[in-house]
Amino acid sequence: MKDLSMEQLTQEYFDVLRELGNIGAGNATTALAQMIGCKVDMSVPKVRLLEFQELGEIVGGEDQIMVSIYLQVEGDIEGSMMFILSKSAAAHLVNKLMCGMLGIDEMKAEEYTFGEMECSAIKEVGNIITGAYLNALSGLTNLKIYPSVPQLGIDMAGALLSVPAIEFGILGDNILLIQTKFSDDVELDGYFILIPDMESYEKILTTLGVM
Amino acid sequence: MSEVIKVGMADLKTCRGDDGVTTLGLGSCVGIAIRDPATGIGGLAHIMLPDSTEIKNNTNRPKFADTGIEDLVKEIVKMGGNRSRLVAKIAGGAQMFAFGSKTDMIRVGDRNVLASKKKLAELRIPILAEDTGKTYGRTVIFYPKSGDFYIRSVGMPEKVI
Repeated sequence: MKDLSMEQLTQEYFDVLRELGNIGAGNATTALAQMIGCKVDMSVPKVRLLEFQELGEIVGGEDQIMVSIYLQVEGDIEGSMMFILSKSAAAHLVNKLMCGMLGIDEMKAEEYTFGEMECSAIKEVGNIITGAYLNALSGLTNLKIYPSVPQLGIDMAGALLSVPAIEFGILGDNILLIQTKFSDDVELDGYFILIPDMESYEKILTTLGVM
Repeated sequence: MSEVIKVGMADLKTCRGDDGVTTLGLGSCVGIAIRDPATGIGGLAHIMLPDSTEIKNNTNRPKFADTGIEDLVKEIVKMGGNRSRLVAKIAGGAQMFAFGSKTDMIRVGDRNVLASKKKLAELRIPILAEDTGKTYGRTVIFYPKSGDFYIRSVGMPEKVI
């Protein structure tokens, strides 16, 4: 199994990964709802194996400005994880979190510049969302997973996504993307990218009895 | 009508005349623009990793600095560019996240830039200008006819190198 590459993942693996995505994102949504104190709906996540070229288009264009939380994962599983969402969605979340202190509506969200306080708030949201996601994964597989302190990046989608893409690039020519739509009163598109190294993939799949 | 051809991640494209080549949102990847000034034939490669020999899955040649640059030069020559006249400009190789981590992965931007320079030196293609490193993404457009290499970043004025 040492030569396992992304392309060889069968439908069965996909179903497992989708289910993990589902549970992880579900946990993340609950955490988010508790944090901003309102009901948050979530769509069934889409799990997709994409070619690098398609990546930017999926998230709405490579030069679209996005906000991302990136962290490293250690423990039984090694790798990293990224949660990425559009700038307007991030502004909306922060506004909610800070009880409307930003005073932004949908119109201005796109141009909003984040200050130190807002960045810190986004990091916290990201921390909770990714933490909830990893918790679900850990609970399901009984593997120890320790996330590092998250890093925040606000830049063009292509530039941010190049980081996980490069990590996937070492393994193959595709990237595994889990897309989740959150919505409260506004629809928020979020994407999870979990990048375990190949050994960790085997571990995850083995503990779940797929391999 | 001139058009601007899009180059994806781990991809390369060539063009001539008034056309340009562009790649959006370069992060730790490096964009290598090469042209023959006399004929105005040139192209852009968007590489992701420094070295194809370090990795087992290396069939995707434009993904790596070494094989990507080789192929780009081949394409330009095939279109009628003169091998000995080629000049290059490079951009990208940013460090998007600041981790004080153990892995090589983190410095991949720097390593991509170094590997690109090494390969260009090996092929005796001079680098006329570069905009590399730092911590932000870049969108680049290259016009082989004039040699202008436009670089755009978030919250910064556009520059031409």
